[in-house]
Amino acid sequence: MSELIKGSAFLTSKVSPDQVFTPEDFSDMHRMVADTVASFIKEKVMPVSDAVEKMEEGVTVGLLRQAGELGMLGADIPEKYGGAEMDKISSFIITEQMTRGGSFAVAFGAHTGIGTLPILYFGTEEQKQKYLPGLASGEKVAAYALTEPEAGSDALNAKTKAVLSEDGRYYILNGTKQFITNAAWADVIVTYAKVDGEHFTAFIVDRNTPGVSIGLEEHKMGIKGSSTCSVILEDAKVPVENVLWKVGKGHQVAFNILNIGRYKLGVGCIGASKLAIELAAKYAQERQQFNMPIAKFGMIKNKIAEMAIRNYVNESLCYRTGGLIQDLVHTIDLDAEDAGQKVTEGFQEYAVECSVAKIVGSEVLDFIADEAVQIHGGYGYSQEYMVERIYRDSRINRLFEGTNEINRLIIPATLMRKAQKGEIPLIQAAMKLQEELLMPMFPEESDEPLAREEQAIENLKKVFLVVAGTAAQKLGEKMIREQEILGRMADMVCEIFGAESALLRARKILNNKGEAAAALAIKMTTCYVNDLVPRFDAWAKEVIAALEEGDTKRTMFTVLKKLTRFEPVNGYALKREIADAVYKANKYVVVV
Amino acid sequence: MEIIVCIKQVPDTTEVKIDPVKGTLIREGVPSIVNPFDKNAVEAALQIKAAKGGKVTVISMGPPQAMDALRECVAMGADEAVLLSDRAFAGADTWATSYTLAKAIEKIGKYDIIFCGKQAIDGDTAQVGPGIAEHLGLPQVTYVQKIREVTDTGMIVERAIEGGYEVISVPLPAMIAVEKSINEPRFPTMMGTMKAHKKQIPIWGAADINASEDLVGMNGSPTQVKRVFAPERRGGGEILQAEDEAGVCVLLVEKLREAKIV
Repeated sequence: MSELIKGSAFLTSKVSPDQVFTPEDFSDMHRMVADTVASFIKEKVMPVSDAVEKMEEGVTVGLLRQAGELGMLGADIPEKYGGAEMDKISSFIITEQMTRGGSFAVAFGAHTGIGTLPILYFGTEEQKQKYLPGLASGEKVAAYALTEPEAGSDALNAKTKAVLSEDGRYYILNGTKQFITNAAWADVIVTYAKVDGEHFTAFIVDRNTPGVSIGLEEHKMGIKGSSTCSVILEDAKVPVENVLWKVGKGHQVAFNILNIGRYKLGVGCIGASKLAIELAAKYAQERQQFNMPIAKFGMIKNKIAEMAIRNYVNESLCYRTGGLIQDLVHTIDLDAEDAGQKVTEGFQEYAVECSVAKIVGSEVLDFIADEAVQIHGGYGYSQEYMVERIYRDSRINRLFEGTNEINRLIIPATLMRKAQKGEIPLIQAAMKLQEELLMPMFPEESDEPLAREEQAIENLKKVFLVVAGTAAQKLGEKMIREQEILGRMADMVCEIFGAESALLRARKILNNKGEAAAALAIKMTTCYVNDLVPRFDAWAKEVIAALEEGDTKRTMFTVLKKLTRFEPVNGYALKREIADAVYKANKYVVVV
Repeated sequence: MEIIVCIKQVPDTTEVKIDPVKGTLIREGVPSIVNPFDKNAVEAALQIKAAKGGKVTVISMGPPQAMDALRECVAMGADEAVLLSDRAFAGADTWATSYTLAKAIEKIGKYDIIFCGKQAIDGDTAQVGPGIAEHLGLPQVTYVQKIREVTDTGMIVERAIEGGYEVISVPLPAMIAVEKSINEPRFPTMMGTMKAHKKQIPIWGAADINASEDLVGMNGSPTQVKRVFAPERRGGGEILQAEDEAGVCVLLVEKLREAKIV
């Protein structure tokens, strides 16, 4: 194993295609895992999807049990606790494939992710032995209760209190948790309360604990087959041995688990996105108007291509991140006492990448779901067609696991912290750039495929450094209050990581499988960068205009002009070709 | 119980497209799967193993990529797998294929039951299972829809026939070819999938199974496929409508005249 790539390093350094993990690197086993889960969804979940959507008693829990028997709930859990102990990539592939199953995927995700992982990574040996086997087999269902009516994004503002009983054997919990996925059928609830109203602490609460009750189902816009209720704790007596991790250290559990949750959400969005592309491509080819399939129309082709391109970018950045996490987990002795903590620290290392995956994944899926409905025309608005459900189900992804706005704040905040600690040479890079910008620029000439795009992405990294550097200089500590600027910085980080991941993946296909195999990936990357540069340029100007005035502003615009100089290519023609490839395969495709 | 299951990797489509020029199957872009009836055969074997103990071995004759199909069966729970792959096996008809599989089964040596799917969805011949039984001189029951009883020396099974079934008692060892309705094949588990990919699956060629070069592949095939073609699609019918029966007759006669039939 070569040296691990540090989190956020992509902003200041270049990596070679060999250093990134891509879906083309899946092993035969990974492909078989994907096929098995896809068949499970097709043969077991889809036939009962109406019953799932109506929340018919026992259906979702029954499906979870079946998934448990097949080992699909235990990918992350070691064998000694009844899990399948698979590599991380397999676990991510399972997550991706499950999202073809709509609401069921939400129950699955909450159970295996935020429900189970806190116990796996922060539990004591006794807690793991007690809970994990049942969670792996699906005999027990888990829920994660963090949100409260007054504490959503502001999670640490929790009002739920825990007081030690006089005999010292129990904590008495009082409070209300809200919007809790799986609440109706959960047996085990990981929740948080402030000990003595002060020390934020995680607890494992058994559903049958006296004083624990579940509220009514929320009437939701989408993911209607998933259970979402409040969890009410009224003098709930929770044994002291059910404190998860340490008293007063609940935030470590909460935030680290959210990093994993965010990453898995991004990966999950790939599955639903692919399904929507498949449905839209098939429909467009079947639907005849003006005596021809609507698939042949330019605007429809443009939509299909754009859907494929954005999914390609998200898929590339998600599995690149998955590879980083996988490499890191390999360095950890999973049998060691502190293994769980090390794993979550690893996710913390890649916190920026995890937030990028969450933001990009959810926004790409929303875009794709929306266009899939549009391609279906009026039929897309009818519940007869699956895209209607995908559209409604998609919307939640921008909200849960930390809203995309919160995630946009996390990115620059994490970067600033990393820079100050010297973990990434952001400040040095910004200073070096200042000197460089004073000198005339000569772009490197190269005939290599994607050389222009590579140069463009490197320049966008410089634009980001200019913007971030100016903001830091002008605002200093006050930057934290300038959310519009922080949001744009996050947008830039998302785009740099996405575009570069797309480019590296295309290069890797080119190097390993040749030009013909890489043709589509190259086209998609070319289109994406082609459309990105002007968008990125506009954002940079927007921020500079908010920060600088007069001559300085004009000088900076001149600098930006140099950095975002890019001659557009004919994107329409490329997108037509991309759409044709999707039509031919009848689904999202990268290597043909 | 020593159980051998013969499986085939087939293209994943019941509507196999045919290259109109070459007259061969278009395999490009069509994913490969384990022949669905063969999965029923694996499931039947695994159920008997669960009840009576023993070992399930899957074998397949095919190109190297048929290894994937064998791994899937191991992931379902089969204990051993063997791939029969050799350039000499190419172009085999059902006779040469069943000879080759029979030679491999002879090499494995111990067997109580040989399970096959009733037919493969690509060739649809339903001849390989019975062929194996003939080569090995075993009794056979085809189209088995239910296994009623298994003892160390025999089985009682239901054989599907038009409008009903026969109940057949067969001594072991025997070849049993199964229907889809016999069971619902299990999914491979995640643990099984990992095990399957760590497993070394041997590849046997003609020499390994003492098969005569003259009897395998194209050389050993008394039948050759001369041409494969997709039948031309027939146009839809036309419904004639008129006020009454007589009116319809008039329209019909007009049509027949137009077509110069009358």
